[in-house]
Amino acid sequence: MIASRVTVQEADFDLAAEVAALQHGREDVGAVASFVGCVRGGASEAGVSALTLEHYPGMTERAIEGMVAEANRRFRLLGVRVIHRVGRLEPGARIVLVAVASAHRRDAFEGCEFLMDYLKTHAPFWKKETTPGGERWVDARVADDEALRRWGIASENAGAPGRPSPSS
Amino acid sequence: MKVTVKYFASLREVLGAGESFEWTPAGAPTAGALRAWLQARTEAHATALAPGRAVRVAIDQEMADESTPLQDGAEVAFFPPVTGG
Repeated sequence: MIASRVTVQEADFDLAAEVAALQHGREDVGAVASFVGCVRGGASEAGVSALTLEHYPGMTERAIEGMVAEANRRFRLLGVRVIHRVGRLEPGARIVLVAVASAHRRDAFEGCEFLMDYLKTHAPFWKKETTPGGERWVDARVADDEALRRWGIASENAGAPGRPSPSS
Repeated sequence: MKVTVKYFASLREVLGAGESFEWTPAGAPTAGALRAWLQARTEAHATALAPGRAVRVAIDQEMADESTPLQDGAEVAFFPPVTGG
């Protein structure tokens, strides 16, 4: 039985505490892989001073729980922890945590990457950037759909395959 | 039939959070038919939901496509492509 927990919250999270919780009280965990996504700022991001994240309460949690169930069918997982922050976040802030526990590293690495690729294209979150020139909604990337298609899952979030994304 | 429409992100900014109303579809009650019907409501709806705009749809909090039929009481959300993670 996989232990999994999905949380959408404004507060920051503690990576070490979450990894420890995945291992707590069990000796069958031989690997924990984690991914932490952060807000980029500075010159490479055209002076982004903040990101504001919005989501679809209720659907978000259900959607991610469905992704965890799919990950559990594909890989031998022992535990999954997903935390996604919402609200206003400044450069350097943590946005998302996906941590996956397994007996062996391969399932942990792949389960973690699969969940991030799935979440990027199918969880109902939206990012708005604040820059010196004003605010703008971030565009979805076709590369993220391609990342999910590598797992054999159709994905047309940013646009249909082979066609540019219509602007919105 | 009764439907609850929700908008998120850039669509919410121009159309509001959404509303519940009685809808009498002219043909099959699909998410696409509802989108087309909503376009006729105001100039803002016509622009935000125009054909060719990248609008995604969820029905009862599940990702769906426009051909999906709606049941009475459905919650239908329209939003731009998602950008989380």
